[in-house]
Amino acid sequence: MLGQGGSVTSIRDFDRDEIVNVLAVAGKMEAGDHYGLLQGKVLAIMFLEPSTRTRLSFASAMMKLGGQVLDFGDVEHSSFKKGESLSDAIRIVAGYCDVIALRHPWEGAARLAAQIAGRPVINAGDGANQHPTQTFLDLYTIQKVCGRIDGLTVGFVGDLKYGRTVHSLATALSRFDCRQVFVSPPSLSVPQGLLKELEEAGVEHEQSEDLRGLLSSLDILYCTRIQQERFADSMEYERVKGAYRIGPRLLAECGVKDGLRIMHPLPRLDELSPALDETPFAVYFEQARNGVPVRQAILAMVLGKV
Amino acid sequence: MGGEPPSEELSVAAIRNGTVIDHIQNEATFKVAEILRLDGAGEIVLVAMNLPSQRVGKKGIVKIEGRELTAQEADKIALIAPEATLNIIKNFRVVEKRRVELPTKVEGIVRCFNPSCVTNQQSVNTCFEVLSTSPPTLRCVYCERVMSGGDIILK
Repeated sequence: MLGQGGSVTSIRDFDRDEIVNVLAVAGKMEAGDHYGLLQGKVLAIMFLEPSTRTRLSFASAMMKLGGQVLDFGDVEHSSFKKGESLSDAIRIVAGYCDVIALRHPWEGAARLAAQIAGRPVINAGDGANQHPTQTFLDLYTIQKVCGRIDGLTVGFVGDLKYGRTVHSLATALSRFDCRQVFVSPPSLSVPQGLLKELEEAGVEHEQSEDLRGLLSSLDILYCTRIQQERFADSMEYERVKGAYRIGPRLLAECGVKDGLRIMHPLPRLDELSPALDETPFAVYFEQARNGVPVRQAILAMVLGKV
Repeated sequence: MGGEPPSEELSVAAIRNGTVIDHIQNEATFKVAEILRLDGAGEIVLVAMNLPSQRVGKKGIVKIEGRELTAQEADKIALIAPEATLNIIKNFRVVEKRRVELPTKVEGIVRCFNPSCVTNQQSVNTCFEVLSTSPPTLRCVYCERVMSGGDIILK
């Protein structure tokens, strides 16, 4: 179980019970005021890539628990500009704080940092690899809006090839009894390695290009951004983008369940119509808010205060 | 003298003391010799290919006089020739025979094929979880990429 001194580098390190435990602690964080729990503790925010939501929600989570936040600043004004290695920078920063939240473009950076910091390290995104606190807040959101995780059909749509949030969430959901549906153009389909992993875990899953044909079976629709830079041909980009644009009309035409809930890690482009925002289907802003109690839980757990 | 010795023995002379790596998949034979850096070594080395084998079709053999392999060398062989056997020879006799076997973790002998992996960006001892031994399939414990076949690059 995640506890004092533990690091959070990959969702792969968590089995079902451990995930359920983190979600339960997040629920307690949201339900009450825990100001003062992390008084005297310092979180170092060490982000070497741009971030808005993750950075702010880590800071908010720490402040809500009475802890202090030390921000490494952006890479342009840091020791990395002088050529300092990641290992050296981690050792230095570890001396100034009790816990580190690290975002770094190199994949595996958080795992390395956790080995050398002598402090808990929380991975806030390592390149295309992992972003475990995002996965925890996604799971927390699903549990909150559906009342359960088991027994659901979760559909993923968009860029399933490069989207790390999709890969991590699919891995995490494989610990639960969920059916998983992957909808994307062939050029952005979910990696074979992940499909194999789901097969080995006995997960019921399906792959398709046709969103319309699948929408009515879904309890959760998890959308991701399709980025233009993934396409060599801009016509192809426009075609694909149009095929997966989701709005109230499409949902009505496809006869979706009343209980369907739509998630998105944000920021969105035009894959989700703003006309959805005020409907009960949209939970993506709530999802972003859930980053705070989830990160409160993780910070409190690794600092041994829960 | 008795009957004819087996054709394999005709092709490859015996060694007195050392190691025989047998049942190497034919195409991996020179790679095995290469990773053991046998070309620059002072030992007598015998390399044979295209020998008939029931288990692997055509096989290769590498015989090295006066040398036993380290655990790391045996791991490397397991990665490129998972069907190989190691025979320890003392005074012309096989005193130990075993299949090469990958441990559950492979450390320091493989380079991660992902250029964005932290192990390719700064000095870090690589480490891979072995997902399957034959064919060898590895997952980098840092970037979590899964690699097999030609993606597995030995250091």
